[in-house]
Amino acid sequence: MPSPLRLRLQHAVRPFRSASRTARVLVTVGLLITIVFGVAAFLAPTFYRYDGEQYRVEQPDGSFEQLPRLAPPSAEHPLGTTRDRYDVLARIIDGGRLALAVVLFSTLIAMLIGVPLGLLSGYRGGKLDRVLVTVMDAVYVFPPLLLAIIVAFLLQAYFAPGVPSAAAAVGVVYIPQYFRVVRNHTLSVKQEPYVEAARSLGAKERTVISRYVLFNVIQSVPVIFTLNAADAVLTLASLGFLGYGVQPPTPEWGYDISQAIIDITSGVWWTALWPGVAIVTLVTALTLVGEGLNDVINPLLRARGAAGAKLDAAADGEDLGEPANVDPLSPGTEDGSGPGLAGRGFRS
Amino acid sequence: MSGGGSSGGSLRRYLLTRVALTLPMLLILLTLVFLLLRVAPGDPIRATLGDRLSTEEIEARSEALGFNDPILVQYGRYLGGVLTGDLGNPLTDRRTTLGVIADTFPATLELTLFAMMVAIGVGVLVGAVSGRLRDTPFDVGGRLFGVLIYAAPIFWLGVLAQLVFSLRLGWFPTGSRMTGFDAPRDITGLYVLDSILTLDGSALLASLHHLVLPGTTLGLVIGGIFVRLVRVNMLQTLRSDYVEAAHARGIGERSVLFRHAFKNALVPVVTIIGLQFALLLGGAILTERVFSWPGMGTAILRFLEARDYVGVQGIVTFFALVVVIVSLLIDLVNGLVDPRIRY
Repeated sequence: MPSPLRLRLQHAVRPFRSASRTARVLVTVGLLITIVFGVAAFLAPTFYRYDGEQYRVEQPDGSFEQLPRLAPPSAEHPLGTTRDRYDVLARIIDGGRLALAVVLFSTLIAMLIGVPLGLLSGYRGGKLDRVLVTVMDAVYVFPPLLLAIIVAFLLQAYFAPGVPSAAAAVGVVYIPQYFRVVRNHTLSVKQEPYVEAARSLGAKERTVISRYVLFNVIQSVPVIFTLNAADAVLTLASLGFLGYGVQPPTPEWGYDISQAIIDITSGVWWTALWPGVAIVTLVTALTLVGEGLNDVINPLLRARGAAGAKLDAAADGEDLGEPANVDPLSPGTEDGSGPGLAGRGFRS
Repeated sequence: MSGGGSSGGSLRRYLLTRVALTLPMLLILLTLVFLLLRVAPGDPIRATLGDRLSTEEIEARSEALGFNDPILVQYGRYLGGVLTGDLGNPLTDRRTTLGVIADTFPATLELTLFAMMVAIGVGVLVGAVSGRLRDTPFDVGGRLFGVLIYAAPIFWLGVLAQLVFSLRLGWFPTGSRMTGFDAPRDITGLYVLDSILTLDGSALLASLHHLVLPGTTLGLVIGGIFVRLVRVNMLQTLRSDYVEAAHARGIGERSVLFRHAFKNALVPVVTIIGLQFALLLGGAILTERVFSWPGMGTAILRFLEARDYVGVQGIVTFFALVVVIVSLLIDLVNGLVDPRIRY
């Protein structure tokens, strides 16, 4: 007899195994690239001779030799060096670690605020629900990048810019998305017989929410997480580009591109090109994971029948490619309270 | 994208409810702006000019500008100001906030309108053809374009565009809008429109010359999102019952495509175009920074840099107003277009 843990694991991966081949390939490729970025950052000291903030090398005799300024790509510096004598490749590797850390923390912040509020709002309903929905809608319609800039700007007055404040600025943007998805999912789950059964057996509200509702609602969170993750990388880079990211000279891709603008006038392209290539690669990888997962998990969500007839066309078509824009992120449709997340394109 | 099986209310009821819902949202947004930018920073004068003025001067200016009044009084004054079109006086600019907006908004509007046209042109065309020619090399290329452009930061594309088209090829200027000498007589502040109105051919060319690079950069990025959406909509529409019915009735392929499928595939796109508006504003801030475009993004970045809370608050308030109005308009248009959308 398999252990309960094993059963749970099997249950968890079942949708993945029964998903279409395309979806599985997307998820796998995306995950692989993401892992490469993550692992490279931690193993960099073992296989790469420079560090992202290093501009000189210690010589055997104890003296320091500075790295060349704006050296073109060569065997010594595969992607060249910057105006400040940093090695571009080293900065890209370190920037990847920073981006992943900020993505992780920012979505954690958004989840920790958005999920409980969504549960409460959806379960309790009434006035609280209406107020929270309006507040979240208001935050949601606001241009995400501007919101992140303002939060970063306000935090600057109190904290040195670093991973925590950057993560907070990026995270605020995504709170409404978690809130709306969880709230709308809660609305439908709370009608289910098992929730009613628990309530009629006298279970406390807290028990009902945390044991029965939460675990059914939480399955929509990974999809939002992966779709937001890609967007969060772009938001962080945009903040960095505008000077509201982390403290220089910490390697950050957006900041590095902003520093490279001066270089292009003298024909130097490598300082601008490579950080952008890194962003595109990581964002694409995370998008692949998100869309693949969406494909994997979506059939389950669709089975709940909340989405209208219109989405059925997508439901039977795993081969539609990217139905990501249609389903679980368009919760606004349920009560007609405004535009769903669908068309937002998750971009800042 | 409708309210599922909700009991269909009347169009009038929908429109009225939607308009009524706008007020609380607007009030909440304004309150948030006030809390974040007026209450949170404490004393705006000290924050902005603290290192340049003596304590007495700061005190005097705070008193004169009413920053020492009770917060509720200031809140009331802020809301009253918004109602009467007074967005305050920045501390680091001689103009009023409204004056700054009047000077910079046309530049942003011109940039975003141009970008929108590029986006719709590229998005609808590539998306619809991709959907029709599914799984052909064109489709694969179109989808690849959609994915990659979605992943590319707009400011990076801008820098690369400058590198290639301005510095290497020398086709377009690297940035800025137009020198005052070439600018057309100011009527609307939109240089392209003004040059057409004044029949100034050289100004028209010059303004387009400056507009092409930033506008196309911004437009392509937004267009990448359109490609994906139009394509999926087209695919869904092509396999829908009414297209099949149209085929069954013996209607020609071309007519089915254009009269039935394409038109319906565009309905959600109308919504999307509106929804992209917030992104367009965000993208405009970045594009303006890259191309030194003298628009509202540049203005707010300047206020942020100067830590001018009053100026930032004024411009953010304006953004909030615009965003709420645009989202109201989209929903109204959707309600008119799609009878399934009702409260």
